Amino acid sequence: MNINSDITSTDYEAPAYSGEMLAAVVEYILRLADNALILGHRNSEWTGFGPILEQDIALSNIALDLVGQARNYYQYAATLVNRSHESPWQRLATGKNQVSEDVLAYFRDAPDFRNCLLVEQVNGDWAKTIIRQFFFSTYQFALFEKLSFSADKIISAIAEKSLKEVTYHLRWSSEWVIRLGDGTPESQLRIKNAIAELHQFVSELTSPASYELFLAKYNISVDVSKLRNAWQARTDEVFNQATLPPLSLSAKQAFGGKEGKHSDQLQSLLNEMQIMQRTYPGCEW
Amino acid sequence: MPGKDWPLWEIFIRSKQGLDHKHVGSLHAADAQMAIENARDVYTRRMEGVSIWVVESRFVHASNPEEAPSLYDPANDKVYRHPTFYNLPDELKHM
Repeated sequence: MNINSDITSTDYEAPAYSGEMLAAVVEYILRLADNALILGHRNSEWTGFGPILEQDIALSNIALDLVGQARNYYQYAATLVNRSHESPWQRLATGKNQVSEDVLAYFRDAPDFRNCLLVEQVNGDWAKTIIRQFFFSTYQFALFEKLSFSADKIISAIAEKSLKEVTYHLRWSSEWVIRLGDGTPESQLRIKNAIAELHQFVSELTSPASYELFLAKYNISVDVSKLRNAWQARTDEVFNQATLPPLSLSAKQAFGGKEGKHSDQLQSLLNEMQIMQRTYPGCEW
Repeated sequence: MPGKDWPLWEIFIRSKQGLDHKHVGSLHAADAQMAIENARDVYTRRMEGVSIWVVESRFVHASNPEEAPSLYDPANDKVYRHPTFYNLPDELKHM
């Protein structure tokens, strides 16, 4: 199944979900979308500020890939929300009583977002951005490999397409972890600091929310706790090549993103990201 | 520090199977692996190609433009080097 940026055409008939199932699928899709959008936005903050031209472009490309993934998921979520009068997201509907991908991206507040805490962290230096990308891409790769077989044909199509992009993100970030780890004393110090700062957000990646577990029974979602071994194995392999010590989760692990409990950092991000649409709703350029 | 320690690489992209790699530009990278990834990021954003060659610029040896007269001008008046005097039979369509 070939999927382009617009999945709302009639080629992709969404399954006839209703009630509790519909609500859970929407929550799940929003989670996938929010992860991609927030990290895409964070990466885009590097555009124009990259350490060297080629890496500025590389990270901007990755940001574009992620925002593209987010668009696919938001479009699907909007289609499902518009089918359901009881969906809580209907409160965002504008005059025509329709929500769209833009509405979902720009008119929800921080408590409505379902992204994991890792992706909303500020960029910091290059090492911190690389480690954040590496941790996340390792997770996304393992997730999309399995999600490509979802019983929901649209979710599986988006995952299959995204998997190619994520394969590159994982390769690119792994290479950088190795270069920084097995680099100069300064690069090694910076990447160790980055790992120290970000490893508290790692467990949340493979901790399923209630709706994820519910949908996993129907093979619509993936139970991410089952990805833990693959995630760990990949991380160990790359850290080893990078001459870094194996990752140890010594800090108290942070949770809550999937339930909408975010740090101030997300609200600051949203303030900047959403201001144009909120000031001039429906604006185009 | 980039630019100082990172050599310059010349990049060649082949747009599709069966054609030749074309020179598209150059970039800095620490090693061949990074050069290929950088080339992918910088020079294949708009589906320009399916194959990348990278060569460190110092390994590309070029002719000296000042020597052009002695290198190329003599070929100008040697018409017997071109196969223009053969009469092809009409049946040969794709020669």
